[in-house]
Amino acid sequence: MTPFEANPRAAEVEAFLARTPFAQKLGMRCDIRGDEMTAVLPFSKKLIGNFTIKALHGGAISSFLELTAMAQVFLVTDLARPPRPINLTIDYLRQGHAKDLYARAYITKMGRRMASVRAEAWQEEKSKPVTALMAHFMVGGD
Amino acid sequence: MSADPSDLEQRLTLMRENMKMMTKAVPWARDLGFEVTRIEKGRVWGSQPWDESLVGDPDTGVIHGGVITTLLDNLCGMSCSAILPDFRFVATLDLRIDYMRPADKGRAIIGEAECYHVTRTVCFTRAWAYHETRDKVIATAAGAFAINQPRPADKLESFA
Repeated sequence: MTPFEANPRAAEVEAFLARTPFAQKLGMRCDIRGDEMTAVLPFSKKLIGNFTIKALHGGAISSFLELTAMAQVFLVTDLARPPRPINLTIDYLRQGHAKDLYARAYITKMGRRMASVRAEAWQEEKSKPVTALMAHFMVGGD
Repeated sequence: MSADPSDLEQRLTLMRENMKMMTKAVPWARDLGFEVTRIEKGRVWGSQPWDESLVGDPDTGVIHGGVITTLLDNLCGMSCSAILPDFRFVATLDLRIDYMRPADKGRAIIGEAECYHVTRTVCFTRAWAYHETRDKVIATAAGAFAINQPRPADKLESFA
C-alpha cells in the first residue's frame, strides 16, 4: 500500500457525476482527497438567474449543492447506488456572483436508513457562504 | 395606452401577455426549458418538459430533483409578483423541498405555486409538482421570499 493510495470510492463518485446528464449539464466537477471532497461549479452564462444584477440562479446553486451532498454520502458509504434524497432546505445567504462556485458537504449523522447532511457553497471566502443546504437521504432499507 | 405595473390587475394582464418571456429572460430557466402556463392572483402554474439532459438517475431516466427545485423556486417567486400590491423584486430567503415520489420518465412535470401570506417585508409561498393532479404529488415546497425595497433611481443607474 502506497502512502498516497486514493480512496477507492473516489473513482465511483467521479463515474457517477460523469454519467449523470444533469451533473454534466450544470458542468460541475469534484476534487476528492481521501474522504474530503470539494465540488466546483465553473461559471457559465447559462447558470444566471438575473441578468440585471448578474446573479447565479438559486435553482442552479441548490442543484449543485444537492449533487454535492449526494456525492459526499456516496463517497463515504459502500452503497451500490447514489442515495435518494428525502427532503432538503436551502438558505440563500448571499447573492451568487457571476464567478466559480465551490461547495463542501458534511455528514451530520449517518444512520442505518437515513443520513443527515449539510452543505455550503462559497465564492471568494469559505467563511462567507453564498448558500447553505440541509438534506436527508435514504441510505438503506427503502 | 401601456399597462401600469404598479396596479395589480394591470400587472397580472401584463404577466399573462408575457408568460413566454418570463422564463425566456432567465438563462437557467430557459436552459431547463420550462414555461409559465397560467397566472391568477397569487397563483402561478408552469410546465417542465422531460429531457434526457435533465436526468439525475441514468439507470431509471428520472429527472434530477434540482430541476424541480428550480421550477418551484421560480414559480414561487412569480406568485409573489402576482399578489403584491406594488411592483417589487423578491429574493428567495429559503426554500424547503419534500420529495414524495420520483417523477415518471418521459413525462412533463407541472408546477403550481401559491403566495398565501404577505407582510411588509416577506412573502410566504408553497408549491406542488405533479404530473396530473395535486392528489398524486411528486414534490412539495415551502419558501419565504424577501421583498426588496425599491431602489432610488440614481442607484438603479449604476447597474446599467
